[in-house]
Amino acid sequence: MTVTTMTRLPSLVPPPVDLPERVAALRADVRAFLAEERAAGAWHPRADVWLTGWDERFSKELARRGWLGMTIPTEYGGHGRGALDRYVVTEELLAAGAPVAAHWVADRQIGPSLMRFGTEEQRQKFLPGIAAGEVYFGIGMSEPDSGSDLASVRSKADKVDGGWELTGRKVWTSGAHHAHAFFALVRTAPKDDTNRHAGLSQLIVELNSPGVEIRPIPLLTGAHHFNEVVFDKVFIPDSMVLGEVGQGWHQVTSELAFERSGPERFLSTYPLLAALVGEIGRTELDAGRRRDLGGLVSRLWTLRRMSLAIAGALESGAAPELAAAVVKDLGTRFENEVIDAARLLLSIPPDPGADHGYARLLADAVLQSPGFTLRGGTNEILRGIVARGLGLR
Amino acid sequence: MSELQDLAESVFSDAWDNTATGFDSELWKTCEQTGIARLTLPEAAGGSEGSLTDAAAVLTAAGTYAARVPLVETDLLAGWLLHAAGIEVPSGPLTAVVAADLRVQRAASGATVSGTLPKVPWARSAAGIVVLVGEQVLLLDPASVAITEGANLAEEPRDDVVLNDVTVAAGSIADAPAQVAVEFPLRAALGRSLLLAGAARAALAMAVKYAGERVQFGRPIGKLQAIQQQLALAGAEVAAAAAASEAAARAAEADGFDSPATGFAIAAAKARCSEAAAVVARITHQVHGAIGFTREHDLRMATTRLWAWRDEDGSDSFWNDRIGARVLEAGAGGLWPLVTGTP
Repeated sequence: MTVTTMTRLPSLVPPPVDLPERVAALRADVRAFLAEERAAGAWHPRADVWLTGWDERFSKELARRGWLGMTIPTEYGGHGRGALDRYVVTEELLAAGAPVAAHWVADRQIGPSLMRFGTEEQRQKFLPGIAAGEVYFGIGMSEPDSGSDLASVRSKADKVDGGWELTGRKVWTSGAHHAHAFFALVRTAPKDDTNRHAGLSQLIVELNSPGVEIRPIPLLTGAHHFNEVVFDKVFIPDSMVLGEVGQGWHQVTSELAFERSGPERFLSTYPLLAALVGEIGRTELDAGRRRDLGGLVSRLWTLRRMSLAIAGALESGAAPELAAAVVKDLGTRFENEVIDAARLLLSIPPDPGADHGYARLLADAVLQSPGFTLRGGTNEILRGIVARGLGLR
Repeated sequence: MSELQDLAESVFSDAWDNTATGFDSELWKTCEQTGIARLTLPEAAGGSEGSLTDAAAVLTAAGTYAARVPLVETDLLAGWLLHAAGIEVPSGPLTAVVAADLRVQRAASGATVSGTLPKVPWARSAAGIVVLVGEQVLLLDPASVAITEGANLAEEPRDDVVLNDVTVAAGSIADAPAQVAVEFPLRAALGRSLLLAGAARAALAMAVKYAGERVQFGRPIGKLQAIQQQLALAGAEVAAAAAASEAAARAAEADGFDSPATGFAIAAAKARCSEAAAVVARITHQVHGAIGFTREHDLRMATTRLWAWRDEDGSDSFWNDRIGARVLEAGAGGLWPLVTGTP
């Protein structure tokens, strides 16, 4: 075998990083705050909190402590800290099963995108509110006929005097019924079959604008998180175009390394895993079951090292899209493996009516599980990205 | 990519030979000349004083190119143990094992030793066999022992060594320093994890190349989504093995082998790399079809090592049992501090 065969293979994971000393105190502060909140009964740990745990009081408490908008510069109300600082805060919140959904999208990807593509006016308008835990965003990408094939979106904006007139619809928009705005990916020029990624733009749509209608799409449990957002001749001023007209595809895909590699891609069922450990500790455990439990934790430890490596790369300005796809594929499968293992290791049935505890966590995890490997790009699409990175496509 | 990594890749790829088995004495000479052979040992022990992250780069490359030399055994195990015990490190390739039962009778002039050491890596080619038995470290002269040759699944030497009242001189026996019995299996598992990560990457590289060349149904099979999805799954395992083994090496470098966090990291890394080995070997063989199942094809150089190494120095089952025990000891509230290494 030759060196060339080897060197043709791209790096699938960035170099490892060590967390800087400075984050130790931050982590301790977050843990102390979470312990206080739990002791006060402010909330119970839940599975999939970053989709289902909408709690504006909690988001504002985090903001008050400086834990939202951490990477946003101070002149926009943020805290000018690094991606690794933010990583530590978010992983502690997710591991605790804390209700982080209200600010999640705004804090994770809207802040960084506004810093990257936003105008001064847009930054001034939204960033301070995001960092204060008062302004919430949704994601305006999928449409009824555009899921995995995102470039086929049909929502379109026509140029009018002073702005754009937007018509169409978006679906699966989590939290749109509470959120203030989203970035809608829309067609601003007719489709070009030779370059289907051209002619797309991102518009900042304030969800209380005239002509915007928000309709619930209940999840299989009946819970209201998803929405359909319909645009009927919504006027979007020129000042609310994000980045450049026609560069929407490039802008959207550059968000993906942020969106796909974070700890929420493998910690959605962590509260169930922790509860499983608590329950299992009360039983006699044979070696086989101890190994199964150990296997979950060695996979979890590895995923965290991979995800941290990407956070380190993001902090140094890289956008490791390939590695992010790998982490999301492995991590979301792991979220399901926790459920499978819990069912095999213990004979406690899920109980959706329980107020909290293992049986409720298991019920929520099972009922939320279809989303894990769909949202943010299905695992099959992610593997297609990896295959392209390997040079197969 | 570091200079050291470039050097290691070039040295090991030059030595690639899928018709040979057993110790590669030419490659060993090159390793000695370049300082790779005793990379992490102190200068006083003839070493290059490299870090464990340096060793990670070299061992991953050794695993990638199926290098037939006892690098982990000489540098990370035998050399370290002898130096720690204050025994002079002999030149040449070395090997080391922990003996479960060996009868050692100490005398003023040294010791007399009897018993059997099963499956000693590279014993037939070693210039010295180092044994940790109970509280003692011994350096055995290979000429004084009987060797029955054996091999692992990758045809690497794993020999039974029989000692029949073997005399060990005073300078070749010493009391074992505290903690070496804990550190030895961690060093061995770390070394094996890095080799596994390298072999997994090699198998994937070969499968990707093959999928781009092999034409069926009028196009390269790599254009088929079924093949792409499988190779992406293998890619995820390769990435996991690399991340886990490198992170474990960094933990050992930063905190030392006696830190509980390092012990946890190495256990998790070896378990994860062994798990990855199974998936990568299965998928890369499936993609290669029958040709990969032949002796003439290069693929087996990687996959037989994946199969052999996943079980050596503790299988995934062995290390996951340890992790499971640590998790249960930590309890629900202690799990997250364990995973993050932050109490």
